[in-house]
Amino acid sequence: MRNGKMGRVGAIGMAMIMVGCATPLTDEQIGAKATEILKSSFKARGQAGMDRLDQDETQRLCTQYAGKEIPKEVSERVEKQNLQAVKWPADGKYLGDFKNGERVAQEGRGKQFSDDPKGPVGGNCYACHQLAPQEVSYGTIGPSLYQFGKLRGYNDDIRKYAYGKIWNAEAYSACSNMPRFGHSQILSEQQIKDLVALLMDPNSPVNK
Amino acid sequence: MKFVYPRLFARAGMFAFSAVIAGAVTVALAQNSTVEGIAKYRAALQDGNPAELWEARGEGLWKTARGPSKASLEKCDLGLGPGVVKGAYAQLPKYFADADRVMDLETRIVHCMVTLQGYTSADAKKNPFASGERKSDMEAFVAYVTAESRGIKMNVSDKHPKEQEAYRLGEKMFFFRGGSHDFSCATCHGEDDKRIRLQDLPNLMKVEGAQKAYTTWPAYRVSQGELRSFQWRLYDCFRQQRFPELEFTSDASIALTTFLARNANGAAFDAPAIKR
Repeated sequence: MRNGKMGRVGAIGMAMIMVGCATPLTDEQIGAKATEILKSSFKARGQAGMDRLDQDETQRLCTQYAGKEIPKEVSERVEKQNLQAVKWPADGKYLGDFKNGERVAQEGRGKQFSDDPKGPVGGNCYACHQLAPQEVSYGTIGPSLYQFGKLRGYNDDIRKYAYGKIWNAEAYSACSNMPRFGHSQILSEQQIKDLVALLMDPNSPVNK
Repeated sequence: MKFVYPRLFARAGMFAFSAVIAGAVTVALAQNSTVEGIAKYRAALQDGNPAELWEARGEGLWKTARGPSKASLEKCDLGLGPGVVKGAYAQLPKYFADADRVMDLETRIVHCMVTLQGYTSADAKKNPFASGERKSDMEAFVAYVTAESRGIKMNVSDKHPKEQEAYRLGEKMFFFRGGSHDFSCATCHGEDDKRIRLQDLPNLMKVEGAQKAYTTWPAYRVSQGELRSFQWRLYDCFRQQRFPELEFTSDASIALTTFLARNANGAAFDAPAIKR
């Protein structure tokens, strides 16, 4: 039978191939090959260019150690590098307008190839965090931030921490799930200040 | 039809509860009632699934002589021999000797459209996802073929070295962090009991999560009025991940599908499903 013959020929061919490359690729080789294949499997569209697949060192290390224990020296290196890259507000003020912060926290658009590049860009904070108690449609990938300022104290250290964390989450927790909103130019300095106000203004609904 | 129900429910919930005393307890109640409301909505959807329309259209197209060669797809070998559709999807993706590569369903359908019907590969891939008035034959084929595996246990092979490699590549891709937001698949699908807004997220790193998710795609999406394939599921996840556009039937899409499909092994396939 044709199929049977093909099967035998195929089996012999396969055995030869398997002898030829008897050792499967190492974990590192598979990782490199996966990256290479990814780069040939996408195409630029809208505002999402192919450079979105070029990893910086943080992304590369966090990919490498995903699902594994990150060695202490690696996490410290990631945090140090990212902390050094934080651009602090020139005027030394961290608090913006909490009402606008709520809008930024609600807005889910921005940076997708389907989004208007001139359209609004938000932090989509509610996708992952509880914030103002009036919004019951919140996600749970990140911790609840309800009463963020009230619980921690309305002082400059916490305001600065909140600003830095939103600007670059990797500076405080290596390989955090949270995007680096300032560092990666997703949100503006003013938008981040407005989010800090949402978290830290005593009059913000988050602290009620 | 645009039907963004989680926001709608959330708003309705907020109005309903604004009359009640505000506070953490009330919020918790609102949360539960919203989640319950969605669960009821989902249960109600199961009664009549419009996916059947896609299945019927797909079967009709499958058996119609088309393309430059005026042939049907009835002799297409989906892995269980030419013409066998029953149970084929539950064993995909798999290695195909005639193409010397691992293929998922859509890649194999493209292969059959080229070899049996005489289409160019570009023509066969031209309209993978419906949009507005434009219907997709590919999505209809997917509906028909996958429905023929309903109730059959997922049994994706790992015998061939290329199947093993595709799985390992897919696993690596699952953890690849990139884009403006540093997201990987694992960002949203690597922990138990997480949500985006009110949408539950399956943990695809666990067998139960992968089984529940993979066996319920393709699905008729009420919010889009379309039947969506697994290739579409990956394409749209990457869109939200802020990556560029995942190319239809690309090597990465096949590797990721292999990883997820094999993780679902042992579970009974239960699609086309219906989702919000």
